[in-house]
This record gives sequence, structure tokens and C-alpha cells, in this order.
Amino acid sequence: MNPLPVLVLLPIMGGGLAWGAGRMWPRASPSMRDASWWVVLATLVVETLVLAMATFSHRAHAGPWPGHFAMPWIPAMGIAVRLDMDGLSLSLIWLSLILCFLCVLLATRQATAHAGAFRFLFLATLTGVIGTFLATDLFVFFFFWELMLVPMAGLIAAWGHEDRQRAAMKFFMFTQGSGLVMLLSILGLVITHYRQTGVLTFDYFTLAHTSLSPTGAMLLMLGFFIAFAVKLPVVPVHVWLPDAHTQAPTAASVLLAGILLKTGGYGMIRFNVMLFPDAAARFAPIAMGLGVAGILYGAWLSSAQDDVKRLIAYSSISHMGFVLLGIFAGSRMGMLGAVMQMLAHGLGTAALFLIAGAIQDRLHTRDMHRIGGLWAAMPRLSSAGLFFAMAALGMPGLGNFTGEFLVLLATWRISPLLATLAATGLVLAAIYALRMVNRIFLAAPQADTRPVTDLPSWQMAVFACVMAFLVLLGLYPQPFMIFSAPLPLPATAMAGPGGTTP
Amino acid sequence: MAEILLPLLVLCPLAASLVVFISAGRMGARAIGTVACAGVGISAVLSIILSVMLLSGPVAGGLQVTLWPWMRVAGLSADIAFTLDRISMVMVLVVTIVGLLIHVYAAGYMRDDPGIARFFGCMTLFVAAMLVLVLASDLLCLFIGWEGVGLCSYLLIGFWYDDPANTSAARKAFYMTRMGDVALLCGLLLLACATGSLRIGSVLASVADGRLPASGVNVAAAFILVGALAKSAQIPFQAWLPDAMAGPTPTSALIHAATMVTAGVYLIARVHDLFAMAAPVMALTAVLGALTLLMGACTALVQSDLKRILAWSTISQLGYMFLALGCGVWQAALFHLMTHAFFKALLFLTAGAVIMRAGHEQDIFRLGGLRRAMPGLTAAFVAGASALAGLPLVTAGFYSKEMILSGVWHVHFGLAREWTLSGHPLWGIALLGAFLTALYIFRCVFIVFCGKAGTRAAGRTSRLMGIPLVCLSVLSLFGGVIEMPDTLPSLHLFSALLDPGTPLSHADEPVWLVLAGALAPLAGLGVAWVLWGRPSPVMREIPGQAGVIRPARTGRGMDVLYDRVFVQPFRLLAWLTRLDIPGHAITGTGRLTRAASAGILGVRAGLLDMLAMRATGTARWAGHLPGLFQNGRVRWYAAWIAGGLCAGLAMAVLS
Repeated sequence: MNPLPVLVLLPIMGGGLAWGAGRMWPRASPSMRDASWWVVLATLVVETLVLAMATFSHRAHAGPWPGHFAMPWIPAMGIAVRLDMDGLSLSLIWLSLILCFLCVLLATRQATAHAGAFRFLFLATLTGVIGTFLATDLFVFFFFWELMLVPMAGLIAAWGHEDRQRAAMKFFMFTQGSGLVMLLSILGLVITHYRQTGVLTFDYFTLAHTSLSPTGAMLLMLGFFIAFAVKLPVVPVHVWLPDAHTQAPTAASVLLAGILLKTGGYGMIRFNVMLFPDAAARFAPIAMGLGVAGILYGAWLSSAQDDVKRLIAYSSISHMGFVLLGIFAGSRMGMLGAVMQMLAHGLGTAALFLIAGAIQDRLHTRDMHRIGGLWAAMPRLSSAGLFFAMAALGMPGLGNFTGEFLVLLATWRISPLLATLAATGLVLAAIYALRMVNRIFLAAPQADTRPVTDLPSWQMAVFACVMAFLVLLGLYPQPFMIFSAPLPLPATAMAGPGGTTP
Repeated sequence: MAEILLPLLVLCPLAASLVVFISAGRMGARAIGTVACAGVGISAVLSIILSVMLLSGPVAGGLQVTLWPWMRVAGLSADIAFTLDRISMVMVLVVTIVGLLIHVYAAGYMRDDPGIARFFGCMTLFVAAMLVLVLASDLLCLFIGWEGVGLCSYLLIGFWYDDPANTSAARKAFYMTRMGDVALLCGLLLLACATGSLRIGSVLASVADGRLPASGVNVAAAFILVGALAKSAQIPFQAWLPDAMAGPTPTSALIHAATMVTAGVYLIARVHDLFAMAAPVMALTAVLGALTLLMGACTALVQSDLKRILAWSTISQLGYMFLALGCGVWQAALFHLMTHAFFKALLFLTAGAVIMRAGHEQDIFRLGGLRRAMPGLTAAFVAGASALAGLPLVTAGFYSKEMILSGVWHVHFGLAREWTLSGHPLWGIALLGAFLTALYIFRCVFIVFCGKAGTRAAGRTSRLMGIPLVCLSVLSLFGGVIEMPDTLPSLHLFSALLDPGTPLSHADEPVWLVLAGALAPLAGLGVAWVLWGRPSPVMREIPGQAGVIRPARTGRGMDVLYDRVFVQPFRLLAWLTRLDIPGHAITGTGRLTRAASAGILGVRAGLLDMLAMRATGTARWAGHLPGLFQNGRVRWYAAWIAGGLCAGLAMAVLS
């Protein structure tokens, strides 16, 4: 049995089952876990087992990378379901699964109405994400890219907070619109390839050999870049993100920040830099400038927010700036730094959103002026919040620092000025992180706080696992760096990752 | 053996910290204190064992332990690795032994505080981070400890978080040191790019090989210097340290006097070979150090808060160390670091005990005459004060300060080829600083302990708090005799310990140099006695009329400047941009589009409506018109018939 199609299809089928189970046996009381919750958990466990199998078993196959699956779909147009897996996709899928477990275990209180449907959409998003990470047929890639968008917009629109409709609309418009630009680029690339060779195919590895004029390559690359830049997000087109993150229910916020943003970074590595290395190298100065702008602008705005989730959302923009900077730094070091930053940011920010969600569940507000000091009432939650705030500000020894350091080092080789500016973002990071800590956790308690319950110890244990993982990423990143490095295209292709400067 | 002991040295406080944090709320105050002291105590014992091992081993090199590779990418390899050489040995001994004494004291001092678990968790975590900083043989590994101590400092300054002033002081300290950290990070990036490794040994070797251009060396040294200045609260970063006194007193003693703030000095001493090749940066270090020591001493002279006096005095003493570093006598800087750790920790702990027994009164003018109520504390404070002032022969401070002064006298800065700068003016400043030091600290002693009684003292100093004070008093009085100027019995144990190969030359040291260094503190003591010590003191305060005094007293001058230059513009910009300009623009465009489409929709609907209305109106009117003919009057019908007939006939005839 080939694990790759199972990986893709399992979540959505499990989601369907969960929906059915939710309709058949609606839960008796809000506190009880119902059948559909157990179905979701079982789906995730099976998915993890399959993924473990895909990770550790190596089968002989025709693909260039460790995992491969191919099945014709629309032969007339050269479209086939091609799935390939290298370390980058594998590590990002692991990240997705870990975050899904976190959501299922820790963020179940908000989806009380139509829980079955909520879980179906949740798992459908997961299918879209995993498909995006695996697809190597451009048409299938586009299909999954759109697939992950629709259920997420549904989650925001139906279960979000006060201003959910507008946020969902904004999210949908931005990602959908940019996705269409990417479709144009895909078609352009395929047609160019067809004109040159007479073969109509959407295969990633074949298309990589297309020889393009510099202008054509630049145009096609920009089409991809726009789609991924919106998702990452890069500064002028980040507008959907704060609204969507703030209005989404906790589980959706976690998915959005933890994984959906990573699809942007993944796409940039896989399609911009590896498919169009020369165009990417020429575009690199602009992209790096945008990255630095994102770091500074995101951090700056983050330190002016009063809404906790909005603050975290803007800090994500700042962190993703490092990812953009690293991807376009043109060296393997920068690429590795970007990947490490994606992994660490996925874990840390997801945990922060879970904590913000827990606070909102208890106090029914996200306004930092009204939350007040929580340390006395909730020491466990507060200490977890303090830890992840420290991770967000780039404390050495935690995962984010590893990524940021590698990215900065790779940037310094190209332009010390840009690296210095990007490093200034770390001061701003301290400002927003400590502002949050001193407003929410370590502050005088509000006068009118109602009695609140702290996190139960099993939830704290789950958070402790995430903390341990971040420490591991920070202190012993070497195995992860080897494991999650993006594999280069096969030897006949143009150049390795980066592939710009020797 | 060393492979196990060296990591264990760091692991013990770390484990204690984890235990204390995880079991918060379940352990009593006594148990928490015991665990914390045990963690640091084991470290202290281990550090002594390791020092013996190091000194009994071969002279060159040190104990090296590489724990695991941190990252290996093309162009950079970094390890988590520890080195115990002679420089780090001195620092490790200071951190663990002084740290242990302060922990024992804190177990008594913080006994009744509800947050004692958080306090000891942070303190032991701090010791672990500080040991990582000190032992690291890789600059990147050092940076973990560097930021870790900053984090612990932040948490402990804002320990009593109920008061917003405390947390804002904590944030201020973190932000200002973070700026320095970013500069240090840039320095690391530069060195890593140029040499491909951040191992201190290999970095220094490649610098010595000339693999870096001179400008690169200068820039790297300047970056590191900025990091060190921020951590050690030197000009222009001095503003955070006085505010940091908001933390509990043991914190001030451990972090903001004995260890963390000296990390900058330690770092520069560690890479002194790099600095030796960057002459302009060395000169800058010396000048900034001299300025800071003078400024700190002057500001301390006009403070009225006991802990703030000590904070400014710390800044001033760190200035001495930077002066020594800038003059290339890093051995003297480390010696002064060590003695300073003893006497400043003693002063802080004694001040904490005094403040606690005097009912949390920190204003020296409201204290007073405490000599009779607390003779033991008075003796300890006087011991610390005389060591700080450097009273000749009997105190440790004298010997270390003397070593710095003689080093500064001999130095020449070769800035350019033909242009050298003599160190004599700096020596003058340092001597003036020594005079002022004695003046301000004995002002404090005379006002607090002599004179009329102020607040009533209550309670007793517990034995737990007393024992560390006794130990520290002994260390501050006699800890300096391991290194003496040549004029006295020539004894150079400390510099021989640090650098057995090339001892400092003291050969051409004139006698009057030592004499001047000995007389300056005595003069300061005498003037202080005249002004504040006699039964009817000449002045209670330094006259406050002079315009310069008031800003200096609050230490606000620099704060105001920072506020104007950085904080307010940042707030303003943040306030202006809080709405996210692109977001706003796009939302605005969306709104405009919606308004436009609504308008178009309205216009279209209006047009259609109007047309439809018109059409129906016309149709109705048209329908109404024939109705007019059927009005039921016969003569009208007859007329119509006749008219129609006529018309028909006319058409028939005419056509």
C-alpha cells in the first residue's frame, strides 16, 4: 500500500465520518466528548501511523524523492495525480499533524454548535494542506491549494467571532484572487513547455526543464510569487491576515497561523526558487527588501495592538518576514534557516493562539486592557504564555532563534545592512512580546476578575511537550535540519535549491 | 572526570530551577530555599574541585568539553561546548560562591513572600544561564547565556508585578540590554561570516592570522563593545541600572552588582586579543569607561535613596573595569571584577537587611543613627564601604584599584601612525574618581549609621542572613592580598594565575603612584567626615540650588533624552500606524468600491424605476384618453359621429 494517497484522503474521509457520527449521536451535554470527537481523534492517530510508515519505510519506486505515487487522472491534458515527498514536505506534514492534535485536544470548547460539521471542515482543510505539501503535478497542486481555502473560509465565516463574515470574505477574496494569478502562471508554463516539446504535461519535474526567456521566466515566477506572497504573507498584501486570525475560532487560528502560512513558504521554496532559480536570483533583492519590511512593519504594528489575537497575528507577519528573507538569500543556509523558522513559528504561535483562546473562553474578551494580570489566578497558563512569548521574541536556546540566526547569517553574506535592519526587528519583537507579558500575565490583577479555572494538568502536559520540542529545536537542531532539508531537483534539472550564487 | 563535572556544574542550578518551578505551590518556603541553595551549593563545590583539577594540570589550555554539535551547515559550524580555562575559572568561582552566599541570604530574606517559588526559580535559572555564559567556548553558545541572564534579570526586576513601575523598569532594562544584544549579534554574524566558526579560540586565531581586514576587526570589536556597554550599563546605556533596583535586594546583589552586569567586562576580557588589534575601539572603551566612572561617582554623590547610591556606584566601578580593559590591562579588570563582586554584594545585602529592619525605608536622610541599634550590620557595611573606597592596605578594593591605576598610567594609545595618546589624563580622572568614591560612600555611612536617630529599628537579623554577611566581609577585606603592587611586598598570584606565561611588568612603577592611589581615598574619607561625620555636620545635603543637581539626583537627564529621542517618537508612530496603513488603504478601497457600486446600483435602479414609471404613466394616460370619449352624453356622441362622417367624406372627396 502506498502511504501517500492514504495520507491525503484519510482526513477528509474521517471528517465525513465525524460529521455523520455527529448527526447520528449528538452529544448529550456540552462537556461530554461525543462520538464525532473520537472519530476525529482516531483519524488523526491512524494518519500519524501512516505518516510514521511513510517516514521510516523506504520502498523502491520510480520517483526522484523518497516517496512517490502516480496515477493518471485526465490523460488527454497530461494531468495525473502525482505525489512526491521529500524532507521538507515530510517535516511540514508532521508539523500539521502535531498542530491538529493540539487543536483537537485543547481547543474544543468553542465549536459547540454543529460540532460535526466543524470537524468535517477542519479535517477537509487538513486534506488540502497535506495535498498541497505532496502534489508535484501543478494542476493537482492548484486543486489542493484551492481545496484548503474553501473549508477554512467556512470555518471562519460560521464559527468565528463578532466580525467573522467580513474577515472570511477578505480572506477568501485575497487568497482566491492570488490563486487565479498562479493558475495563469501554471498555464503559461505548461503552454510554453508544450510549444517547445509538443508534450502536454503538468508534471513538476518535467516542467523544470523548460527553457524560458528571462522575461518569461520572471513573469511566470511573479505569478507564483504573488499567490505565495499573499499566503505567507508579505507586507503589502498581508491585509487579510490580522482580520482572519483574529476572527477565526481558536482551532482555525491555530491551523491558519501554524500551517496555512507555511504553505506560502513551502510554495516559494518548491516553485519560485527551485523552478525558476535564475529569475528568483534576479528578483531576490526586491524579495529580501520586502522580507525586511515585513519583519519591521509586522513587529511595529504588533506593538501597537490591544487585541491579543491581533498582536499575535502581526507578530506572525514579522516572523514570516524572516522566512521570506531566508528563502531568497540564495544559499542553503538561508533555506535551512527559513525551514527551521517555519517549524518553530508553527509550534510557538499555535501555542500562543491556544493560550489566547483559553483566555477568551474564560474571560470573554481579547482586549488586553480588560484582561489584567492572570499570574495569581492562573499560574500554569501564565507560565506557558510567558514561555511562548519568550520564544516569539527570539530567545536563544529556543527554536525561533535557530531559524533567525541562520537567516541573518545568510543575509549578512549578501548585505550586512539588510541583516542589521532585520536584526533590529528583534528589539521590536522584545517590545511586543514583553508588552503582552506585562499586560496579561505579569501585571496587577483586574479588580473585577471572576474566579477562573487554571489549565488542568493534562493540558499543561501537552503544552510542556510543545515547550520541550521548541527547546530541542533551539538546542539540538542538527537532526531536524538534516531531516527537513528540501531535496534538490534530480541531477538533470537546472540547479540545486538556492541555485543562484555558488 | 571533567567531562562529567563540567556539564554538571551548569545542570545542578538548572535542575533546581526546574524542580522549584514545577513544584510551585506544593512546596513550603523552607523546602524551596533548601533546594535552591543545594543546587547552587553543589555547583560551588564542583567549581572548587574543577579549579583544583585545572590548576594541578598542565599550564597551557584548559578543560574542554564538547557536548553536542549545535549546527553544521556549509559556512558555519557551532557546538554546545564548554571550556574551563583560567579566565573562566575566576568567573565561575565568583558566580558560584558569591551566588551561594546570596542564595543563603535570600532564603532568609524572602521567607515570607508568597512568590518565593518564582523568585528562587528565576535565581537558580539565572545562575545556570550565567554559568553557560561564562563557560561557553563558542560565542553562539555564550549568546544563549547572555540572553538567558537578561531574561532572568527582567523577571526578577519585575518580581513584584503588582506595581506597574516595577514592570516598566523591568521592560526598560530588557529593551536597553536587548539593543546591545542585537549589536553583539551583528558582531557575531560578522565574525561567523569571516571565519566560518564562532569558537572563541579559532576566531581569535584567524584574527591573529590577519584573515580579517583591519576595518573588519574594528567593526567587530565595536559591535561587541556596544553589546558589553549595554549589558554593563555604561554610557550611553547607563539609564536602566538604577531603575533595576525595583527588584528584591538579593537580586540587586547577585544580578545587578556581582555577576550579570560584569558579563560585558568578562566578554571583552575573553576576546582581549581581538580588542588588542582594534586600537581605536580600545581607546573608545577607555574613554567611555573613564567618563562613566566619573559620571557614576558624581551622580551617586547626590542620591538620597540607599539602593540607588549603590546602583550608581556599581556603574562607576564598572567604569573602572572598562577603563582597565581599554588600557589593555584586562587582568586588572578581572581582579577588580572579583573584589567588586565581594564588596558590592556585601553592601547590597547589608543595605537590604538595614532597609528591612528599618521598616522598608530607603531614604538615607530618614534613616540615621543606626549604629547603636544594629552594630553588626554597621560593621559589615563599613567593611564593604572601605573596600569600595579602597582604603589602603586593609581592603581588597585598594589592591585591585591600584592595579588598574598603575596600568592606566603606563598606557599609550597608538591611534594613528604618528599620533599616540598618553593615558595620564585618564589616570587623573580615575584618581579623581577614587576620591569621589570614598566621598559618596562615607557620606552614606555617616548619614545612615551616625548622627541623630531616624527611623526605629525593629527585629533582628536572622542567622541565615548574618552568615553570608560575615563571609563576604572577610572576603572584601582580605580577598585582595593575592596581588600587590611592587612597592609593597611584590606578590602577583592573581596575574600569574590568569596568565602564567607573561606576567605584567611592574618594573618602572614610581613609588608616588602608589602613594597617590592610597591618599585619594583617605582624602575622600576625611572630607566626608568633615562634611557629614562630625556631631554637627557641616551640611545635611549637598546644596540643592545648583541647577545641575536636581536632574542629576533623579538621574533623569538621560531618561528624558531617551524619552524624547526614542520612546515618544516610537509611541507616536505606533499610534499613527496602529490601523495598518495598507490594511486601511485596502479597506478604504473596498469601502469606496462598495459605495460606488451601491451608487451605480442606485442610479440604475432609479433610472429603470423612472422609465417604468414614465411608461406606466404614459400608458395610463393613453388609456385614459379614449375614456374621455365615452362620457355618456348623447349630443357628444352625435357630434363625434357627425365629425367623423365629415372627415371621412372629406378624405374620400379630396383623395
